[in-house]
Amino acid sequence: MITFNINGKEAEVDVDEYTPLLWVVRDVLNLKGTKFGCGKAACGACTLHVDGEAVRSCSFAVKYAQGKNIKTIEGLGNEENPHPVQKAWIEEIVPQCGYCQPGFMMACAALLNKNPNPSDEDIDNNIINICRCGTYFRMRKAIKRAAEIMEDSKMNLE
Amino acid sequence: MGKSKKFSRRKFLVRTGLGSLGIIALGTYVARNPLRRSLIESLESKVPSYKGRGSEAALWFELTKENKIVFHSPKVEMGQGIFTAFTQMIADEMDLRPDQIEVRAAATETGIIDALATGGSLSVASLWQPLRELAATMREMLKNEAASKLAVEVNTLKTKEGIIYGNASSLSYAEAAADVKEWNVPDTIPKPRTKGFKYVGKAMPRVDLKEKVFGAPLYGLDAEMPDMLYASVIRPGIVGAKFKKADSKKAASMPGVVKIVQIDDWIGLVAKTFAEALAAKDSIDVEWEVSKKWSEEELRNTLKVGKGEKFISQKEGSELDSESEEVLEMEFSSPIGAHAQIEPNGAVADYNNGKVTVILSTQAIGITQKQIAKALDMELEDVNVIPTHLGGGFGRRLDTKHAIQAVLMSKEVGRPVKYIFTRKEEFQNDMFRPPTHHILKGTLDKNEYINSLEHHYASGDVSINSAVQAPIVKTIVGMDLGAGRGAKIMYDLIPNRRAVQWHTTLPFATSWWRALGLLANTFAIESFVDELAIKADKNPIDFRLRMISDEGNGKRLKKVIQLASEKGNYSEELKNERAKGFAVSMDANSIAAHVAEVSIENGRIVVHKVTCAFDCGMVINPGQVRAQCEGAIIMGMSAAMFEKMTLEEGELKPTIYGPYEMIRIKHAPKEIDVHLIEGADIPLPVGEPPLGPIGAAIGNAIRRLTGIRLKDMPMQEALDLALTQNV
Repeated sequence: MITFNINGKEAEVDVDEYTPLLWVVRDVLNLKGTKFGCGKAACGACTLHVDGEAVRSCSFAVKYAQGKNIKTIEGLGNEENPHPVQKAWIEEIVPQCGYCQPGFMMACAALLNKNPNPSDEDIDNNIINICRCGTYFRMRKAIKRAAEIMEDSKMNLE
Repeated sequence: MGKSKKFSRRKFLVRTGLGSLGIIALGTYVARNPLRRSLIESLESKVPSYKGRGSEAALWFELTKENKIVFHSPKVEMGQGIFTAFTQMIADEMDLRPDQIEVRAAATETGIIDALATGGSLSVASLWQPLRELAATMREMLKNEAASKLAVEVNTLKTKEGIIYGNASSLSYAEAAADVKEWNVPDTIPKPRTKGFKYVGKAMPRVDLKEKVFGAPLYGLDAEMPDMLYASVIRPGIVGAKFKKADSKKAASMPGVVKIVQIDDWIGLVAKTFAEALAAKDSIDVEWEVSKKWSEEELRNTLKVGKGEKFISQKEGSELDSESEEVLEMEFSSPIGAHAQIEPNGAVADYNNGKVTVILSTQAIGITQKQIAKALDMELEDVNVIPTHLGGGFGRRLDTKHAIQAVLMSKEVGRPVKYIFTRKEEFQNDMFRPPTHHILKGTLDKNEYINSLEHHYASGDVSINSAVQAPIVKTIVGMDLGAGRGAKIMYDLIPNRRAVQWHTTLPFATSWWRALGLLANTFAIESFVDELAIKADKNPIDFRLRMISDEGNGKRLKKVIQLASEKGNYSEELKNERAKGFAVSMDANSIAAHVAEVSIENGRIVVHKVTCAFDCGMVINPGQVRAQCEGAIIMGMSAAMFEKMTLEEGELKPTIYGPYEMIRIKHAPKEIDVHLIEGADIPLPVGEPPLGPIGAAIGNAIRRLTGIRLKDMPMQEALDLALTQNV
């Protein structure tokens, strides 16, 4: 048995400990927002958070999730309470086919968590997922917008 | 759909009693023999009108008790934004709010089959008229019923947001439709409006935006069926290899393995989880029969202008006279391209008591149904293909006959099966964009404008025609429509013009790839036109404008060229070690021109800004048309600058992202400035045309910046080579 917390809930799974976390999330826990793209950590479609770090779950054995906090796109935010990245994604109308977008949003949320005001260079060096539809132009705008939204909400709290 | 009542008048069908959901559905007929007609229309650069298969209705509207319209779309959503455009069109014609409309990809079970599949950027253009006619007819019918229920004259009624208002009282559409015994279809089709649009022509967020932002399970690979197993299939890595034998003893005893299915020349591993299916697959030793191992060099020698079957697709004026004129000649090429869509192919299939249900991401709903029925010797109506949103299409999913394998595996195990491609299978068993080879020849007249221009090009056939597919298209029209996109010389004042295609049959499967030949053909022609302008010592913009008449699309073409060059400040001198390059292309009457602002930093091509002028006729949703321009520019940059598949020892490589180099956010232009021109009063193709000029625009900028003419895609590799040779 492997246990971890996923999107705020405790989960217990009985699978081979080397099963990629991706398949546990998708097929055992039935959270389909995290996508299979390449299975080799090369495209980033399967990006989720493990203890706040962006991780490519297709190449992350579930045993390393033991006792950790996992967050997927379903736990990032929802329509009532969207994450700033999701708000910005909606404002800028980023997705086209949309398949790679959860992975990108998870990668961007992790980046903004560490670096609330990323420069273009920071974005270039950290956001290395692949989008085939070519939404990068709007995505860059949305990342900067998300940083603004985060900054604004911090000021409102103060 | 229920068939408790079904009758028809003229071109409409009415169905009522559709079970729990619909009160009434209205559908429209379609013409026969659609493929042939449409291909010939495409050849003549016309937008084919919408046609489905046979005599069944192709478009269905359903009105629900909740007063919503469900449109069962024969065209699938793969990012291009058509569900949003359809929503806007229906909203205006039926006086509904967008949130009162749901667009859903039609399953074959509902009798809606699309013989043309989703492709060619034609979804909105081809449905513009029939969809609105259907909506207008339905609104008219509902008003007629409301008039009799309210006992007033129909012409006193007004409609707004799904409510029909009389003088004193009102009814919702659903109330008007309730308990109608017999529907009357109007004798004449009401004319859809041509002005006064509330939604058409205005930017509106995608209707699927929130689902996509919050991670909804929209895609083929997200589908599930009860008691489902997972499967992987072994396919040959070497091009043309045939299955000989396999030792699957070890695999049979691997954890989770339920069955090893061996049919004809393939092996399917069915297991409890996908990870277990993959592990079992890795443990099988397969022997392949390999008759030949292709090399890249051999491919290049096969695919060459002058080799294969010749077809002249354009012949204006006389042939170039190399005796008396000074000829400029250049060679260009492009590599094999992979679709590399992020969602791998796959299918969830259930074979149960002689009935088949398949859920998958496909661009070819009806074709896939036919393929399954044929392979399993079943009746069409016993096969239900349910399409989903696609995690990218780009032409890859015009062929989804792997659904057959999913069905056969389900039949073998007696349970539903989810079959998923690995990324290696995707890269090695793609329906590739064929490589190209071009020779351009040109001469100048005494005023230093082009006198003769010839484009000779060799490519694999792409329109459903390759070593592994029957050559059905060539027999109809004589040339390959996909490879020929953008191959003709569009400057009509050049007295002597030729476009000549050399057919080559390639050993691997090929198919449509967003815009197809348009990228490579425009790369070759527009690079060469710039070279002739340089030779003539003329401004490349003026040079082009002087060679276009006011006939046909000439005025539109000139307007697009002028707008792009103005907005992109093309004529500005080099600044900050950046140069600007220009190129233009026309595809199915849509015209796109780009100005690319480029520099070279540490040997790498950097595209800072692209200014785009685009005339795609009437614009339904400017926000999404812009998104398509941005996407086409970025995907086109990826192909033109980075992407390349090669044949090594018979295998197509690379087999993973990374080594298959693609554009990332760091390479994407930080500025993309799109200017739309509505040069026609109907919508024209949008998704592919803006991809055409991007390679040549970048190449022309690099020529201006460095004097180096890049003649081969991918251009970064060509530049690396040129810089090494110059050192």
